[in-house]
Amino acid sequence: MDIILDLFAPIIEQMQADPILIVKQIVMWIIGGILIYLAIKKDMEPTLLLPMGFGAILVNLPGIETVGGETVAQNGAFHTLERLFNIGIENGELMPLILFIGIGAMIDFGPLLRNPKYMLFGAAAQFGIFFTLCLSSFVGFDLNDAASIAIIGAADGPTAIFVAQTLKSSYLAAIMVAAYSYMALVPLIQPAVIKICTTKKERLIRMDDSGAREVSKVTRILFPIVVTIIVGFVAPDAVSLIGFLMFGNLIRECGVLNSLSETAQKVLANLITIFLGITIAFQMKADEFLRWETLLIMGLGLFAFIFDTFGGIMIAKIMNLFLKKKINPMIGAAGISAFPMAGRVVNKMGLAEDNQNFLLMHAIGVNVSGQVASVIAGGLILSFLA
Amino acid sequence: MKFDVQALLNSLPYMGKGMLGIFIVTLAIILTVTILNAVTSKKK
Repeated sequence: MDIILDLFAPIIEQMQADPILIVKQIVMWIIGGILIYLAIKKDMEPTLLLPMGFGAILVNLPGIETVGGETVAQNGAFHTLERLFNIGIENGELMPLILFIGIGAMIDFGPLLRNPKYMLFGAAAQFGIFFTLCLSSFVGFDLNDAASIAIIGAADGPTAIFVAQTLKSSYLAAIMVAAYSYMALVPLIQPAVIKICTTKKERLIRMDDSGAREVSKVTRILFPIVVTIIVGFVAPDAVSLIGFLMFGNLIRECGVLNSLSETAQKVLANLITIFLGITIAFQMKADEFLRWETLLIMGLGLFAFIFDTFGGIMIAKIMNLFLKKKINPMIGAAGISAFPMAGRVVNKMGLAEDNQNFLLMHAIGVNVSGQVASVIAGGLILSFLA
Repeated sequence: MKFDVQALLNSLPYMGKGMLGIFIVTLAIILTVTILNAVTSKKK
């Protein structure tokens, strides 16, 4: 009997000290299990939801208690994740920045460079971020937390982590879970919003690519450098984000670093992704995660996604008032970032309306513009508030 | 949950400045890319 009691000593001690915490931790195991289920069964952002789900279980094992606001843990994994969090996210936001090198190396800006006006869609599709910032303030979050919540609408995990961490938001875990969950839900959320905001006639608009110019290698090489300089002038706080993204893209486009480009796209991005999810889970401690604000943040994040999509579609409709060659307003929805999912969703919807309406290149052009615009939006928010 | 109208009003300028800022940066990028394309690209 003594052996059994010794074996379960941590959980017995914790049940005596704080029985409510045990219940909360069990709830977190269930949440972790749901994230793992969604990752495996529903294929929802498995690269992040699976490590986050497992990490949520890991940091909520018995042996952790809060004494005078300080977390005291006998759980060895807790300390390891704490160290990873301190090194990779808290001090300098290294993980999201390094991940951005990989993302930059993956992005082909060609479709955007052929049609630079697509940048306008990316800009307009950040409307949901700023609108949600106001709404979050209205429902009682302080300005830094409101801005961190609003950035969920960037549909860009690394930017969301970077902004929330720089602004020292106390809701980092909820923001991360919302950001990545909604990115995974793009194929469900966006079609509904697109259908509400557009008519069938608009969805049937075909877009051809005639008259488009070929993009020279010089333009492809200069683009990441020029964008970094422009953003550096306007939003210096975002220069590390945009700089690392564009550095990755320069490696891709320069033509002499193919091996590095391949490593950045695959090995580097995968390595960081493995650690990022499980490290973020360090913030999913039962005491900090299980509060009603988490649900509110989920709701506000959804709101940001919907109004970003709305903003992108509306700018296309406004542009159509002046353009001779009409734009299919659905491509505006791809401006929310969530690369390349949003672009693919728009293309699929175009084909569903008319099986000869190929919008992929246009939608991907808008989609990569959203990737850049979301970083600029994050940078502007940091310029205002950091 | 408390509704704070004053906080909403205080945050509105950020929305205005944010959207204005993002469009200014975007227009600067569009202009630069257009110039780069004009200088370096050939028509298909």
